[in-house]
Amino acid sequence: MRRRRSKYFRRKNLAGYLFAAPWLIGLSTFILAPILATLFLSFTSYDMINAPRWIGLTNYEILFTLDPGFWKALGNTFYYMFGSVFLKVFIGLIFALLLSSALKGMRIFRTIYFLPVVLPSIPVMFLWMMMFNPRSGLINQILGFIGIKGPLWLNSPQWSKPALILMSIWGIGGIIVIFLAGLQDVPEYLYEAAELDGANRLQMFWRITVPMIMPVIFFNVVTGLIAASQVFAESYIMTAGGPLESTTFVNLKIYLLAFKDVRMGYASAMSWVMFMILVPMTILLFRISRRWMDY
Amino acid sequence: MRSLNKTKSIRSVTIYGVLAFFSVVYLIPLFWMVSTSLKPDSQIMSIPMQWFPRPPQWGNYGKAIESFPFFRYFFNTVFLTVMNVLGNTVTASLVAYSFSKLQWRGRNLLFYITIATMFIPGQVLIIPVYILFTQLGWINTYLPLIVPAFCGGGAFNIFLLRQFFISIPDELMESARIDGASELRIFTRIVLPLSKPALFTVALFTVVFTWNDFFGPLIYLHDPSMWTLAIGLRGFQQQYSTNWNLLMAASTLTALPLIILYFTAQDKMMRGFTLRAGIR
Repeated sequence: MRRRRSKYFRRKNLAGYLFAAPWLIGLSTFILAPILATLFLSFTSYDMINAPRWIGLTNYEILFTLDPGFWKALGNTFYYMFGSVFLKVFIGLIFALLLSSALKGMRIFRTIYFLPVVLPSIPVMFLWMMMFNPRSGLINQILGFIGIKGPLWLNSPQWSKPALILMSIWGIGGIIVIFLAGLQDVPEYLYEAAELDGANRLQMFWRITVPMIMPVIFFNVVTGLIAASQVFAESYIMTAGGPLESTTFVNLKIYLLAFKDVRMGYASAMSWVMFMILVPMTILLFRISRRWMDY
Repeated sequence: MRSLNKTKSIRSVTIYGVLAFFSVVYLIPLFWMVSTSLKPDSQIMSIPMQWFPRPPQWGNYGKAIESFPFFRYFFNTVFLTVMNVLGNTVTASLVAYSFSKLQWRGRNLLFYITIATMFIPGQVLIIPVYILFTQLGWINTYLPLIVPAFCGGGAFNIFLLRQFFISIPDELMESARIDGASELRIFTRIVLPLSKPALFTVALFTVVFTWNDFFGPLIYLHDPSMWTLAIGLRGFQQQYSTNWNLLMAASTLTALPLIILYFTAQDKMMRGFTLRAGIR
């Protein structure tokens, strides 16, 4: 009996491993091993012709002490990450609240707000380059109508990042849809009870809605920050990192180092530093969100 | 009672007003793309701006298609998209079945690792993967853009399908097991047919992602005849940087398949986004 049972379990185990096999290969080849390989490469000098040469912490020394461009890129990346994510989450929540009102026709609005999410990013970037043109671009011409002299947008070191953030807000639909689902999960009876107790709408929003959807807010913030930390094509296509390196993001630097200069070791060190900033940040945010949920 | 109705109607009018205003704001860029694509050269950068092309230059679309190998890039993109849809749906569903309906040692630990990988910033992975593909001699082939899809289809797709499979009652499988059906048979005959909506969502996401991917084709495809639409458009822009009307025509054509897809399957697409948030 016992032998048969263990055989049964072994067979079951085997089936499990076989079905999971593609992912066991994918996970180790394309995720786990590369993380370690990047760490290893960050201690080497590697040009893809000669074998990697161990140089200890030299890459990190250069990165932290001799490369002001890295700090600038890091600052730019964080400016973009937090700017776009907080605006998107804040505005997305407002839109979701409006869209969740039980009025007719909300579906049409939702369709419109979500549409930019599915548009291909490269055409969208060309479109916004045209619209950001300081003189003939649509945005400054419309601002001109209401008597505002628009900024130079992508041509100005001060306005280039706000311009990219503005563009990112066009793709807010994903966040709105996630918030809408979260709002639907808030039980109706909480509002009914609060209404009986004489609470007004603002009180209900702060005391019921916000605490109930806090996990959704955190989810949007965390995934939004990680996604925004990957910002690359925007600067590669629209600004070439300029003007005055104001849109040189970390990933643009990594791309240029790795694929133009073939300095794989140094590029790996930069990736690893970014990794060591983003992973603790993600864990910290999850910890904070747990505390919120307990409350 | 009457005043309550009044405040209610004021409220709904305000909501409609705000939403309608921003709908227009959200649609203007798209309108501008199509409008510019139909303009004669003289009206592209005109001040004050010309909302409607006069007269619409439908020939711009023909010119744009002739200015770069549009159809070649289109079919390259379609090919990559089809392969990725195939890889993601087939392998992610196998893995998701294993994670949801089969018992094996290490399953839960591996599932937690899988979830955690969704929060790993991609820049830490790209360099070793690129070196690996270089050593395999896969640069300038489609393999780096296809093979990973056949290796489990990515954490998000696995997660999405697993959530769906969990909702399928175990009794269905148990009775088949008693009848002596193999796991593969149960998977293909019982689980997959019940999971069409979830598989469709995975396919949709894959289409949108592959169609729009820029970074992968940028680093792996050097031969212009292998380019995708995203990379091809970049080449087009570098060559004809002042012909915004032709660039917008090419851009509209690139976006059109996804817009059509969106209007045929928007609910599924939005549901996919919502399911994603279930990770938290």
